[in-house]
Amino acid sequence: MTQGCRGGGARVGEGTLLPPYTPLPRCRSLALSRPSSPTKVQPCQSLKCSFQDNAIRTAKYNVLTFLPLNLYEQFHRLANLYFLFVILLQVRSHWRSGGDCWAFGPLVAGRAPHSEAVRWRGGGRGGLVGKVSLRPFLFRLLLKADLLLLSSSEPSSLCYVETSAPMIQTLLTVGLPGKVTCEEPNSRMHSFIGTLEWRGEKYSLDSEKILLRGCRIRNTETCYGLVIYAGLDSKIMKNCGKIKMKKTKLDRLMDRLVIVIFVMLVIISFCLAFAAGFWAVKFRAEHSYLSALYVGTSPAEQAFFAFWGFMILLSIIIPMSMYITFEFIYMVNSCFIDWDVEMYYPAKDTPAKARSTSLNDQLGQIEYIFSDKTGTLTQNIMTFKKCCINGMIYGTSEWNHLEILPVSWNPYADRTAEFHDPSLLEAILQNEDPVMREFLRLLALCHTVMVEEKDTGQLVYQAASPDEEALVTAARNLGYVFLSRTQDTITLSELGTERTYSMLAMLDFNSVRKRMSILVRDPEGKIRLYTKGADVVILERLREDGPTKAFTQLALDSFAEETLRTLCLASKEVKEEDYAEWSEKHHKASVLLQNRAQELDKVYEEIEQDLQLLGATAIEDKLQDRVPETIELLKKGNIKVWVLTGDKQETAVNIGFACRLLSDDMQILEEKEIWASAPRPWGVAGLRPSHVSLLCRQEKILGTGTKVKRKEGFWARLACCKARTQPVADSSVEKAFVDLATVCQAVICCRVTPKQKALVVQLVKRHRSAITLAIGDGANDVNMIKTADIGVGISGQEGMQAVQCSDYALAQFCFLQRLLLVHGRWSYLRICKFLRYFFYKTFAGMMVQIWFAFYSGFTAQPLYEGWFLALYNVFYTAYPVLSMGLMEQDVSAEKSLQFPELYRVGQRDELFNYRVFCVTLLHGTVTSLGSFYIALWAFEDSGSGRVGGDYQSFAVTVATSAFLSFWTILSFLTIASSLVFFCLFSFLTQNFLVFREAPTIFRFPSKALGQTPDLSDWCLHPRANPPECSLPSGAVMLLSLAPLQQIRSRDLRVAESTVELKSHFHRGSLQRRSSYAFSHKEGYADLITRGASLRVKDSRIRGLAEAERNGDGWG
Amino acid sequence: MKNKNSQGAQECPSRCPDNSAFKQQKLPAWKPKLTAPSVLSSFFTIGVFCLLMGICIILSARSVKEIQINYSDICLSCSKLRENSSNWDKECNCSVHFTLQENMLGDVFMYYRLQNFYQNHRRYALSRSDAQLLGQDVNIENSNCAPFTTYPNGTPMAPCGAIANSMFNDSIQLSYHLNSYTAIQVPWLKSGNSWWSDKNVKFRNPTSYNLSSAFAGTTRPPYWQKPAYLLDEEDERNNGYINDDFIIWMRVSAFPTFRNLYRRLHHTNQFADGLPAGNYTFHITYNFPVTRLKGKKQVVLSTITWSGGSNLFLGIAYTVSGAVTVLAGFIITAIHLKLRKKKTYFQR
Repeated sequence: MTQGCRGGGARVGEGTLLPPYTPLPRCRSLALSRPSSPTKVQPCQSLKCSFQDNAIRTAKYNVLTFLPLNLYEQFHRLANLYFLFVILLQVRSHWRSGGDCWAFGPLVAGRAPHSEAVRWRGGGRGGLVGKVSLRPFLFRLLLKADLLLLSSSEPSSLCYVETSAPMIQTLLTVGLPGKVTCEEPNSRMHSFIGTLEWRGEKYSLDSEKILLRGCRIRNTETCYGLVIYAGLDSKIMKNCGKIKMKKTKLDRLMDRLVIVIFVMLVIISFCLAFAAGFWAVKFRAEHSYLSALYVGTSPAEQAFFAFWGFMILLSIIIPMSMYITFEFIYMVNSCFIDWDVEMYYPAKDTPAKARSTSLNDQLGQIEYIFSDKTGTLTQNIMTFKKCCINGMIYGTSEWNHLEILPVSWNPYADRTAEFHDPSLLEAILQNEDPVMREFLRLLALCHTVMVEEKDTGQLVYQAASPDEEALVTAARNLGYVFLSRTQDTITLSELGTERTYSMLAMLDFNSVRKRMSILVRDPEGKIRLYTKGADVVILERLREDGPTKAFTQLALDSFAEETLRTLCLASKEVKEEDYAEWSEKHHKASVLLQNRAQELDKVYEEIEQDLQLLGATAIEDKLQDRVPETIELLKKGNIKVWVLTGDKQETAVNIGFACRLLSDDMQILEEKEIWASAPRPWGVAGLRPSHVSLLCRQEKILGTGTKVKRKEGFWARLACCKARTQPVADSSVEKAFVDLATVCQAVICCRVTPKQKALVVQLVKRHRSAITLAIGDGANDVNMIKTADIGVGISGQEGMQAVQCSDYALAQFCFLQRLLLVHGRWSYLRICKFLRYFFYKTFAGMMVQIWFAFYSGFTAQPLYEGWFLALYNVFYTAYPVLSMGLMEQDVSAEKSLQFPELYRVGQRDELFNYRVFCVTLLHGTVTSLGSFYIALWAFEDSGSGRVGGDYQSFAVTVATSAFLSFWTILSFLTIASSLVFFCLFSFLTQNFLVFREAPTIFRFPSKALGQTPDLSDWCLHPRANPPECSLPSGAVMLLSLAPLQQIRSRDLRVAESTVELKSHFHRGSLQRRSSYAFSHKEGYADLITRGASLRVKDSRIRGLAEAERNGDGWG
Repeated sequence: MKNKNSQGAQECPSRCPDNSAFKQQKLPAWKPKLTAPSVLSSFFTIGVFCLLMGICIILSARSVKEIQINYSDICLSCSKLRENSSNWDKECNCSVHFTLQENMLGDVFMYYRLQNFYQNHRRYALSRSDAQLLGQDVNIENSNCAPFTTYPNGTPMAPCGAIANSMFNDSIQLSYHLNSYTAIQVPWLKSGNSWWSDKNVKFRNPTSYNLSSAFAGTTRPPYWQKPAYLLDEEDERNNGYINDDFIIWMRVSAFPTFRNLYRRLHHTNQFADGLPAGNYTFHITYNFPVTRLKGKKQVVLSTITWSGGSNLFLGIAYTVSGAVTVLAGFIITAIHLKLRKKKTYFQR
């Protein structure tokens, strides 16, 4: 602790070089009190601070707000307003016309409670944190608040965190009361401005000293921090965006349809009421038995009453039960997602989870997928796959488990490593090739990894980037074990013999140099330079073009083809006098106050010349299971996949190739190219070009020229537009970006912040009105997940934040194919068919009322009795539709995945849209006409033994035929049950006993029973109707099959032709070999050479280091 | 379902979903494969069935003997008289002669048929008190009967309501001319024409020691010539509210044109087998006015068969749809033969 203190103090002292702190207009201050024990620092309780507590409530409602908020949201759905209106109408008993036992509860009790329950539970997990503010964090603990790092158990009080870009947070140590002043909570993830007043001195604080909520602390035993922002104030929560009520496309369509139907209803009612007015005049004048009923009212009044009468009578055209059934179907379909064994990930024991129950149909309509990279596409695990030493490639041979050499020769070997090449091991053990020795030495020496020896004697490497860790671990397994480092020595165990190299200089990595080097003096006294870096950089600094270079280039090509991350390794011997000269220059440069970095780069450049190529390494950034296949399948299903990542361009491109998002025959449009064609608009674009680099791969169609030219014309047009109208510029640039990006096959956005991720999603949503899906795993994807129409969280990797904000939680990226292509497609199909069928059913049933009005003097006489109306949608006709909504499968799951092309149906809204609705309306109308007139004419004058033609038995017959006239096969049972229910309820509601009890409620005793003796009526007339009604529609359906097949085959031809065109052009993999990918950050070499990061408690190393320092004074 | 789920969770601690057919959506299902042979065969089967059905129904419907006589046109003088409602108490009789060419064998029914009479008018159809018709002592002021509830002096109407008030009150009798001199009355059954449930459940007379006392304190509806307890003086079980004519009238019809059963033939003497061919005369007491509402009154004699009455529509509908189906079958066959060779992508 004390050691850390001093180190930290020094760091802060240096910090004064930073720009002076300027007080912010609105800032907050936190005070540090004298700690009760040296390990505890607590924020002052006595300070009256109105800060957020750390509980984060992600639940939408609480007990008090549930009812009003939920009601408000429910009434956002137009249909609910409509139902309220109808209910109010019904309550006015004056106009009521039967069918008055309607359920009212479903309004609130629909889907909301279910999905809310899920959110509540989720919220509980999110808000668990409570007051952990300053408890020691455990190894790999997830941070729950934004902290100012005070100290940690690690050397120099560093703290390692694991996010998508791992970094070390430098530290600041305080042991005494102090005061922190910082800016108001904001959403800028990468900046922080504040000051610390401590012992009368002010220190500036920047983002490097802040640990953000959602990061995972890694390889750090304990650390202490001061909570700066907690709860909703934390940066990540500020970046989260708001929880919005997500509505599906169908929901919105339904809302509009409700309006359409309502307008239709009003118009029809108005026309009928108008006729009613005329008929009232006639009835009054001519029909003496009715005229008494009209005494005291004018025809206009009669028309007015008739209008409301018809409104109520026809209001069942939008049945409330449809919405209830709708919700039920959504819910069960969500359950099917939860239950799917094929989306269960046994390794983590996680099934898929549909957290939102109301978006299923949209899963079948996705057009754009926005995916995070790290943790979603990749596992964030680097493995050393192959290497090329002196022109020889190792790691390619198909090694057999039995052949693995006993590793007992190497006590340090990490047994979990995957790289085993017996031939390489053999060569190493022979120890004959000096190049191989140098190669492995380089791997063990040239890095910024730190090592820790556990009590068990196991070595634990702590690396800033997983790449480096992979390389050092590989060297370790191959017998060149990195044992320890001090400020200026590195100790290796080379095939069992311990050698200590003294480190003369570390030439740090940065993104311009794309390489790092180390200058060491080996135990024999020779000075050597070891360099590793991107192939382009290394290859041009070689001494000679030997055969090795050619071989290595070939190897690099083949590595790149396998989308491995490559690095070139080279070394040279430096003469003592050269070193002395260079060292002086280096020293001069390193003490410069201005342009130090540039000068250092120049100095580094001088010595990194005339290198001797040793070989190349290939690291695999491990993709998650079946990612390439999934992406390919999704692409076949016409879904565009965009990758939004905070990573560097090279890494992103590399992964793009690895997961077959990009292929060699695509033209790559990089940021610069986009820039070059339209520099000015980009300057004002909402997306800052410095952060968003776009890699668009445009498909080449028959020669490069045409497409590119067209694009240039496009940009030119854009520039003009900008010049003329300034205000429109922003949106037009956005639009231009979207236009360009959407014609691209795949888009990769690099270096984007969480907010920008959401912005990109927003952009596509706004300009393309397409359904978007965002998938991610980390806290930095939350905003994107919330913005997209559907958010999918990958559970398990980086905490639960993404999952808690998501609509669907999956364990693996590859389950996406099943979620979309199987469940999504089915859900869409089911909901659409359900809606279509339900609308058809109600139209067929209720339009009859309109036709009947022509025969009843437009008096809004209900054709059906009240009980029938009430039960029609719930018991008589609900089961066939329900079974359709739950079980319908047009093709099996296997076929759905085999033919992803089938997915396009949903993207084009083909199964339910205005056209389909009109067809349904027409179909329903025809059916209603059929069932009405067939019954009318069949009953007319039928001289049956008893009273024929009375309107009650007529109603029954019409009803029977209306719901029998659309057969589905799967629902055979349910139709049967509907019939049973029909008979049962007819019997119950028309029972004599019931009638005796309440004659005014149960009006029609024994209508059904009374018919039974009248066999001819009962059997023939209802039977006649279904074939009449269903056969024509069946024939139409069959006839329409033929054109449908033609359309499908046309689709196919289009698909095939694009495939052919693609293969005309092939881009050599050489051009993308520069896919040098290395997730490294600069600045570590500095730390190491200053010795700041070295662990001092290891006395052995310290003693050694001190001895050496005293011995020769190279440092 | 829920239950099963929780059970599964208890069995294995893992969160792995059950691998049951329902949850995996792999329930055995029959998917109709719409292949050409199956579709075509079903089309032809249904078509042929409908055709046969239609022909049978037509044949049977044509065997029905039916005679319809529009007596509101024939009895013009009576029609004229009833046009003015002030003549309501003047009796008007009318005779209609007709000749039956063939014997009407079996059950013969007599109907009256009204045209353009809106029994399905919404407020008309509501204008009744089921409680009153059940014989209960209710205050009809609160029922739907308005405006036919009480007279200005406060006496309630029995039965109340517009339906009851406008009851069909013509009486029709048929006489058979054995020869040009002697005519005998054709015997008809007045009761047993209504549904059992109506007669025995929906309609009950108020209970008292006799019917007229049961209706004491009430009076007939304004259009009626006699009170309810005098509807059928001969048969106690066909009087009052449970009078068959009344019950049948109270069962309102769905359309402005309708026919109600009036009488059934009583099979006695000459009429044991039905109505023999010959000359007949309807003797009609014309009470029910229809001319002002441009309506018509008819009297119908008809027999029935297994397929119902003389209505040909059902048979024609079956025949036409059968024919159309068969035709469609042929068209689809033609299309199929033309397109057969193309194999689609999805048949991979």
